[in-house]
Amino acid sequence: MTTAPSPTLRARPATRRRRRPIRSRAYTWFRAIALIVIVLAFILPLAWMLLSSFKTNVDIYDASKTLVFTPTFDNFANVLGRNNYFQFIFNSAWIAFASTALSLLVGVPAAYAMSRFSMGRSAGVVLLARIIPGVSLLVPWYFIFANLRLVGGYSVLILSHMFVALPLIVYIMMSFFDSLPEELEESAQVDGLTPIGAFLRITLPLSVPGIATSAILSIIFSWNNFMFALVLSGANTKTLPVAIFNFVSYASIDWGGLMAAAVVVTVPIMVIALFTQKYIVSGLTAGATKG
Amino acid sequence: MSATTAVRTSPQKAFSDWANNHRKWLFASPAMIIVGLLIAIPLVWTIYLSLTNAEGSVRAEHDFIGLSNYAEVFTDVDRFWPAVLRTFIFTGGALVVELVLGMAIALLLWRPFRGERWVRVAILLPLVATPVAVGMMWKLIFDPNIGFANQLLGYFGIPAQPWLSGQATALPTVMFMDIWQWTPMVVLILLAGLTALSDEPDEAARIDGANAWQRFWYVTLPLLRTTVVVAVLLRSIDALKTFDILYATKGKGGGAFHEVETLNVYAYGLSFDYNDYGVASAVLIIFFLLIIAIMWLITLRRKEKVAK
Repeated sequence: MTTAPSPTLRARPATRRRRRPIRSRAYTWFRAIALIVIVLAFILPLAWMLLSSFKTNVDIYDASKTLVFTPTFDNFANVLGRNNYFQFIFNSAWIAFASTALSLLVGVPAAYAMSRFSMGRSAGVVLLARIIPGVSLLVPWYFIFANLRLVGGYSVLILSHMFVALPLIVYIMMSFFDSLPEELEESAQVDGLTPIGAFLRITLPLSVPGIATSAILSIIFSWNNFMFALVLSGANTKTLPVAIFNFVSYASIDWGGLMAAAVVVTVPIMVIALFTQKYIVSGLTAGATKG
Repeated sequence: MSATTAVRTSPQKAFSDWANNHRKWLFASPAMIIVGLLIAIPLVWTIYLSLTNAEGSVRAEHDFIGLSNYAEVFTDVDRFWPAVLRTFIFTGGALVVELVLGMAIALLLWRPFRGERWVRVAILLPLVATPVAVGMMWKLIFDPNIGFANQLLGYFGIPAQPWLSGQATALPTVMFMDIWQWTPMVVLILLAGLTALSDEPDEAARIDGANAWQRFWYVTLPLLRTTVVVAVLLRSIDALKTFDILYATKGKGGGAFHEVETLNVYAYGLSFDYNDYGVASAVLIIFFLLIIAIMWLITLRRKEKVAK
């Protein structure tokens, strides 16, 4: 039931608190300590990456300078200055945006039809894309697109990322439409709208939270995707994950630079995540609680 | 297409009627066609290639050799079977740890507390981080000479470990990375399930004198069954297909001794590092069937339980 964005997630009856067991205080302490440990376990590695990106390689090798060191921006200057990183940032952003937009365009109506007409088997076809390993499609894709002279261009990368985005969007939007009452559309049709008109004017505006959810997740997944771009991108259409991967092979591990490159790819996505936390959570847990 | 009931000239009206009557397939087919084409043609092609001796370039001459690629794969005890084993160890091991840890964390987060927001943010960050960057990050932390992991062990007087570069320790190390990144996913799913539960069964058990463990094991967990199955499904699909952190940290062939070479990495290597398309396709078809079989088993169990 709690599928796409629903504000009921947090609402808990206040009576809960009064009925605590006697050892409640000990548990409160245990819980607080456990939560701190958990937070540190997830945050510290990321903090380590961030710190290292501001260190010279000499400082990275020096255990005494774990926390106290003179920060340097050289790593970022090197990474961004050399090997046109701004191009890669643009590539990642453009491919994520375009594949998400196109997937929404075809995915939202499809999810609507599949939800309203209970097209379980058709949905299965789209969701099969979620299960199938990407490698098993890459060889044929590579040769089909090479023959069409498309390899290395944006269109192929956008199409391949749609392969990831589309099942995601259909899955999230289906569970969103499942929870959206049909009565609204029915009454709109009684008032004279055609079924498609009711979808466009009533259902779509009501679906903005669901669309936002699936769009954000789709952008994140596309931004993070590595394998498709590894094979299908050209020198100028490389995405950030591929650029980072290539960084290792020719800089015989310049750790500072590598961490700076890693920060460049992760920080934008984390900032987006901070502001859209609610949507991301509801999208990732879509369909988790229904039978 | 914004059609109202107003009287229309016939062609427009006719089109609108047609569109509305066929909206089911009109809406569904573009997405299905895109996905279908992207899957169907490649899959047929892969099946075909798996029956040939294609090598070097797919456009080069190749002959139909029947099932001998499959025979070669199934008798390959050097690379294929170890890769199968690693795939299962990686997926099974990571999945079990993620489920146990994820359930523990979800239970800790279940009841409201101060600072909840910040804990949730901390949990979300690994989840959205780019896997390749995460791989690089751990590669530095687990570096045998300069990494923080050995520094930390040193504080406790534990000898330094080779981590990623050790033949025996590489696979557990990459499993650890997967657990770090994806336990939050399990937490979020289970937490959504927990918050959707009604309080009454738990209250009733409490009044009957059940302790916390009994209430969890006999009340909460059974009620949470479908959510757990969803978590298992989603995580096992992705864990089976894990590629990014393995390839990013250990490179081609899963390292010099193939320490982390799972089926996915093996198939990728055959295809794009060695261009051995025939054998690669056979491995891929087997891999694909394996995934389908596992998914089928999980959903079958689920249906059985529902039927009971």
